[in-house]
Amino acid sequence: MKEDINPPVRNIEEEYHINIGPQHPSTHGVLRLVASLKGETVTSLKPHCGYIHRGIEKMCEKDTYPQVIHLTDRMDYLSAHINNHVVCLLVEKALEVDVPERVQYIRTIMDELTRIASHQLWWGCFGMDMGGQTCLLYGMRDREKILDAFEESCGSRLLHSYYTPGGLMKDIHPNFQKKVKDFIKYFRKKIHDYDCILTGNVIMQERTKGVGILTKEEAIDYGVTGPTGRASGFSCDVRKRYPYGVYDRVGFKEILGTKGDTFERYMMRMLEMRESMNIIEQLIDNIPAGDYTAKMKAVLKLPAGEYYQRVESARGELGVYVVSDGNKSPYRMKFRSPNFSNLSALDHICRGFKIADLIAISGSLDFVIPDIDR
Amino acid sequence: MKSFFKYFTGIFYGVKSLLSGLSVTGKYFFSPGAIVTQQYPENRKKLEMFDRFKGEVVMPHDEKNHHRCTGCGICGNSCPNGSIEIIQDKIDTPDGKKERIIGKHIYHLSMCTFCGLCIKSCPSNALAWGQEFEHAVFDRSKLTKILNKPGSSISKDIAE
Amino acid sequence: MDFSIYDLTSFDQGIDKCLYENLTPFWATVVEMTLIGLIFLIFYALVALFLIYAERKVCAFMQNRVGPNRVGPYGIFQLIADFIKLMLKEIIPIKNADKFLFNLAPFIVVIASFMAMAAIPFAKGLHAIDFDIGILYVVAVSSMGVIGVLLAGWSSNNKYSLIGAMRSGAMIVSYELSVGLSLLTVVILAGTMQFSAIVEGQANGWFIFKGHLPAVIAFIIYLIAGTAEANRGPFDLAEAESELTAGYHTEYSGIKFALFYMCEYMNMFIVASIAATVFLGGWMPLHISGWEGFNHVMDFIPPFLWYLGKTFALVWVIMWFKWTFPRLRIDQVLTLEWKYLLPINLVNILIMAFIVLMGWHF
Repeated sequence: MKEDINPPVRNIEEEYHINIGPQHPSTHGVLRLVASLKGETVTSLKPHCGYIHRGIEKMCEKDTYPQVIHLTDRMDYLSAHINNHVVCLLVEKALEVDVPERVQYIRTIMDELTRIASHQLWWGCFGMDMGGQTCLLYGMRDREKILDAFEESCGSRLLHSYYTPGGLMKDIHPNFQKKVKDFIKYFRKKIHDYDCILTGNVIMQERTKGVGILTKEEAIDYGVTGPTGRASGFSCDVRKRYPYGVYDRVGFKEILGTKGDTFERYMMRMLEMRESMNIIEQLIDNIPAGDYTAKMKAVLKLPAGEYYQRVESARGELGVYVVSDGNKSPYRMKFRSPNFSNLSALDHICRGFKIADLIAISGSLDFVIPDIDR
Repeated sequence: MKSFFKYFTGIFYGVKSLLSGLSVTGKYFFSPGAIVTQQYPENRKKLEMFDRFKGEVVMPHDEKNHHRCTGCGICGNSCPNGSIEIIQDKIDTPDGKKERIIGKHIYHLSMCTFCGLCIKSCPSNALAWGQEFEHAVFDRSKLTKILNKPGSSISKDIAE
Repeated sequence: MDFSIYDLTSFDQGIDKCLYENLTPFWATVVEMTLIGLIFLIFYALVALFLIYAERKVCAFMQNRVGPNRVGPYGIFQLIADFIKLMLKEIIPIKNADKFLFNLAPFIVVIASFMAMAAIPFAKGLHAIDFDIGILYVVAVSSMGVIGVLLAGWSSNNKYSLIGAMRSGAMIVSYELSVGLSLLTVVILAGTMQFSAIVEGQANGWFIFKGHLPAVIAFIIYLIAGTAEANRGPFDLAEAESELTAGYHTEYSGIKFALFYMCEYMNMFIVASIAATVFLGGWMPLHISGWEGFNHVMDFIPPFLWYLGKTFALVWVIMWFKWTFPRLRIDQVLTLEWKYLLPINLVNILIMAFIVLMGWHF
């Protein structure tokens, strides 16, 4: 439970620091958190990022717009489709291209499948952070079904590069719809296992309820979005507020929490998986016939100016800001990655909690480190 | 009294939740049919990749050793990483003109990010995805491949 | 009941007599001790190897995997390969570590589990020392292991190790109480602390059946507290892989790490075998009064197999816990002990004493 850490330990020399990361089992990547401890209680936390900085934004400046897409895959590799989507939407908006209905349906389905796959992996990793290692394998096992469906249509399992400005690389595979429907049937059963093994577990509930509270105001101040922000009651679902794809045509709830603690953040994602399955079920049988890509010019040149586009990735609001000087490659491309903003809130919400809580909190924020560093 | 009652209901619900977790793992322990592991090197013969699987970029040749590449170089230009190098060649056509053909289509698998832009941008559909995925080699130079087979020539319907 | 075919007492005494006739008493004792030590050493290594293999297979099946399957049929030689690897691995010297304590720590842990094993009756007559205060001895000795854990954490000059060791210290000190009290419940029922007498007392029914509900409660509490004693998940706070990388043995490598690793499994084995001995009748076959034919068939199974069967069944349950539950936080661990296990245990002892006083047990 939260301990009063005032007055904070002032003497830097006498503070007990531990380095969590860059190589640590539960940072899920090369993130380094320097935690100051008082006993086992965290008094302050300093995230050091940049260990996996690859200069994606700079690389984008030399690439043409279709080429940028394969780089966005590698930012938040667990929601690769959604990352592709944001660049495609931006280019289409700037060029005022009408994207065929079919493409929009397929993109929406793919996005939601990506969201489920990402949340499944997150569930597994969160379970493992809490010490229940079986969860990881169950999450991975069920995610495999989605990846198989992706592989059949897109050709790869993780970094798809499936969307192109104006459409898709290829039409969906004839088996795709059947596979997705099978998956939903399968996963509706398996998600019950998830609840039995982790959600309802008394140990897990005791460990997460009331831990790492982020209030709504703080969430807005830190720019925390996605399931993390919605757990605090901050209505920030881009799919609802700035609909793209066919989200304005499907009925779905925006999952909102109230307490903003670790358990609420956990529940947000569990409920989102169910909501995503509802969205897919509404769309999967109604994909209209048509082309899988709009007619695009061979060389795409955005008119000079500034553009911004946002989508809801599995972790929050992913934005891309482009300054174009009229050439075939952007003058400046900036990604607003959800993880970076979410990370900034970590120091604030973990103060006064134990190391074990810190791991649970950072697990519930669902970091993908390459997205933080880009 | 109320807290006394709460103490016991707490124990009851706690034990119940633990038992429901145990039932899941116990169920899987006793159902060996649920094992999902693939025995990879053993199932290598039976293992079939999806036909769209992005293993490597290949240049399909027909039975007469004809490919469809004109050597235009669009694939090399659209590649974000410079993993395709085109070395062009000139031949004399029967009617006395000089014609540009492909000399060597060099593909650096080590630099490829499998984005598929070369295949998408090729105007004559000369490139395709190969389903080979066992790319481990002892020497990096083996990952540099020449896609057009020796002695191959451009297929008639493209040349016209 | 006639167990004479499997009674090893006369065999033991024969060896003993033979040695004392041929040697001076001093040398006879030395030879006996060496023999027993060697047997235990081999048993220890074999059981630890088997348990590591079993754990990997059990967790694999629970997670829809197949587990080790490359080295030998069903991967049975995987452990031998791992063991050879650990033996040959470099032992990394740690800068600014307290060398003496750092090297001593794994041995303390091993010795503690070794000593605890001495008191366990494996079969009739297969018993290293039959103390008349066997339970007290086991409780005392098995809690010595925590000294090794604390030393390992303190001496390796690593912050993760220190935190892990402190957690383990706080945890084991409190869970000692529950282990002791739940065993005491059975001592009240059995009227003795001698292991052989406790086993003999279960000839016509195991204590878990004889003692009504209090015995069942004591058994469950012992299993929980024993899991905590053995530093097993969900009480593996001292290791806490996702928090402290490897806890108190972060800095250990090679054979010294192997000792810690083996000890974890041996402690689990000891906890399970004490639970089997005290609550489930140890090597005593399953007898149901009235069913003469059934009892007779049960008697044909050697007692050693009964003992191993019960122990491994309990080991499986402990593994089942580990691979299902998330880890507890340190304050939850202490809450569980002081708020739930200890009060329940105390009341439980009272009830048991009352039942025994009134003669309501079977």
